[in-house]
Amino acid sequence: MSRIVAAMSGGVDSSVAAALLAKQRTEEEVIGVWMRTHGDMPEGSELSRSCCSPDAADDARRVAQLLNIPFFILNVEREFGVRVIDTFVDSYLDGATPNPCQACNQYIKFDELLKRGLAAYGADAVATGHYARLEHRDGRWRLLRAADADKDQTYFLWVLDQDQLARTRFPLGDLTKPQVRAMAGELTLPTAQKPESQEICFVPLGDYRTLLEERRGYAGDPGPIVDADGTRVGTHTGYAHYTVGQRHGLGVALGEAVYVREVQPATNTVVIGRREEVAQHTFTVDGARFTAGEPPSERFSASVRIRHRAPDVPAEVTMVGRDRFLVETADAVWAPAPGQAGVLYDGEECLGGGRIARA
Amino acid sequence: MAIYLDHAATTPIRPEVLEAMLPYLTEHQGNPSSIHRSGRRARQALDEAREEVARHLGAKPREIVFTAGGTEADNLAVRGVAWGASAKGRHVVTSAVEHKAILNTTAVLERQGFEVTVVGVDRYGRVDPDDVAAAITDRTTLVSIQSANNEVGTLQPAAAIGAMCRARGVAFHVDAVQSAAFAPPTPEAWQATLVSLSAHKLHGPKGAGALYVRQGTAMLPQLSGGAQERQRRAGTENVPAIAGFAAAIRLAYRDPMDLVPLRDRLIAGATALEGVALTGHPTERLPNNASFVIDGVEGGDLVAALDLEGIEASTGSACTTGSVEPSHVLLAMGIDPQQARGSLRLTIGRATSQAEIDHTLEVLAGVIGRLRGLRAPATATA
Repeated sequence: MSRIVAAMSGGVDSSVAAALLAKQRTEEEVIGVWMRTHGDMPEGSELSRSCCSPDAADDARRVAQLLNIPFFILNVEREFGVRVIDTFVDSYLDGATPNPCQACNQYIKFDELLKRGLAAYGADAVATGHYARLEHRDGRWRLLRAADADKDQTYFLWVLDQDQLARTRFPLGDLTKPQVRAMAGELTLPTAQKPESQEICFVPLGDYRTLLEERRGYAGDPGPIVDADGTRVGTHTGYAHYTVGQRHGLGVALGEAVYVREVQPATNTVVIGRREEVAQHTFTVDGARFTAGEPPSERFSASVRIRHRAPDVPAEVTMVGRDRFLVETADAVWAPAPGQAGVLYDGEECLGGGRIARA
Repeated sequence: MAIYLDHAATTPIRPEVLEAMLPYLTEHQGNPSSIHRSGRRARQALDEAREEVARHLGAKPREIVFTAGGTEADNLAVRGVAWGASAKGRHVVTSAVEHKAILNTTAVLERQGFEVTVVGVDRYGRVDPDDVAAAITDRTTLVSIQSANNEVGTLQPAAAIGAMCRARGVAFHVDAVQSAAFAPPTPEAWQATLVSLSAHKLHGPKGAGALYVRQGTAMLPQLSGGAQERQRRAGTENVPAIAGFAAAIRLAYRDPMDLVPLRDRLIAGATALEGVALTGHPTERLPNNASFVIDGVEGGDLVAALDLEGIEASTGSACTTGSVEPSHVLLAMGIDPQQARGSLRLTIGRATSQAEIDHTLEVLAGVIGRLRGLRAPATATA
């Protein structure tokens, strides 16, 4: 009998995903797994209610009990600490904007969980509560946008390769969020009414500065804020406290809205610009991966998305070597931030993407 | 039907035990403190249970305090005597391999201003009585050492420690929760002042335990309320569970079990696998305990994998929501923290068969191979 791991976070989406698998009553045995990604947060803190808290483990376990499936806790603290939290922190120190949900998918859910699930549980596939669809057509797996465009999470899933896609299920891909909530209610799952989690699960109250200090001893070193001409217009608290596109917390009053345009770690400088100065027509993406294993061609048309929930923009893509590409858009895109993903689509299909490089 | 190899965690209730409990869950529902007929009937069950338990310990019935289990007995022993004797001194001695019911209790005492000395162990997890002797000062009021370790099964030299405590005029507490299933606790031979017991480790119900308290021991109760248990433990007694406890202890010593040959078959088979090492003492160990550290696997993953193959085992250490703190027992024995993460404890019982042992060994070999197949490439790319 084959087995499948249902990754259960304790939230409503992964609960319904596990329920859909369990109710299919196929030959496949469903194993519910909650991953412990970091140590317990102090009782009463904001994160004691987030997706990685003991409360979340309790919720996931209750759902597994109701579904009558085995339930285990998988400890991935080491891997999560190095691959997600350290990478997150180092991204700021590199003057870039981190993408922790993508890193978690890439290294934890669809790598560590797949490998450990295979070894520990004899499972050969993993199912998650992501909103995305999979289709096998013309000899390969295709990653497609979710039916619910508002919930589509392909922006965080472009890193998956053919081998990973072949061993992945997204039971919620054809459903909308209201449908999922309704199903959770019908199944009387204890997670049916849980609010949406928005925060990064390991950053209490969005305060990543504390994390920089704890993990890397970075307390922040004040430095210049300069405009496009290099004129000093203010002082920042430490370059790593700023990300491209940021508007608030700059402490400069120039009579019009200004945004972070560039973060320069080497000189501890933050460059700002007016709205139009932050928009760009071209940018480079490195660390490219394509779900098909290779790009459609050396030069092709696609639509590009540069942040979660941002609109797609038509673009011309030109490969530069094996894992770099240049993106040129007819309309300027606003503030492509180094470190964020540039994800390519052909209609409904997510082709792949990469990490936006420093200009 | 799963193969159950986790008897150190808990044991199944025997039919005779259930039978002994049922009347007190149904017809004899009275409170043993009540004056009326059904109360008297419950009181009789309680008195008889106390006599039964006392008899097996070679103790007087009045020296038995029923508790809700082993943890409560340990708490009452350690806190009760530490505070009860606090006018004489505020120093307690224990070992690094005790159950958390002891170590987390002495940690509380420490925060309350007591001095606590935790003596180390050798590589088999054994306490050296000389270390205990060296730790005792004129302020010491209590020494608490287990009779056998719950994780690795190593037997402790309780009698030698007890003799020395007696000579120094220090109370000696023995946590006998793990060993009581195999041999009657012997307060006299151990020269123990206090002995903790738990019903569910010897085929009794969960929720009942006892503390032997030698007559004349000053002790501060930890639960205040009514005058039950000679004012040493307030609260209405759990009569059905206590009746079950008495039945279980009677049966335990009426037909003793010889688990050593099966245990040794399990140990020989497992340690024949590559990278599997026995933990605890090779011979001075509980007759049902086979515990190991296994290279290149995560204990929690291994136990989950065995479960899916129909074998119920344990990593040996208590884990809370998947934390992987290596076992304090293995660390105290000098085992490397990385290696300690690959711990496995198999504890056999009365019903374990040789066929089950052989099947377990076969499955274990396959599962370890599968888990290591994962680890090798992961290390290579790290």
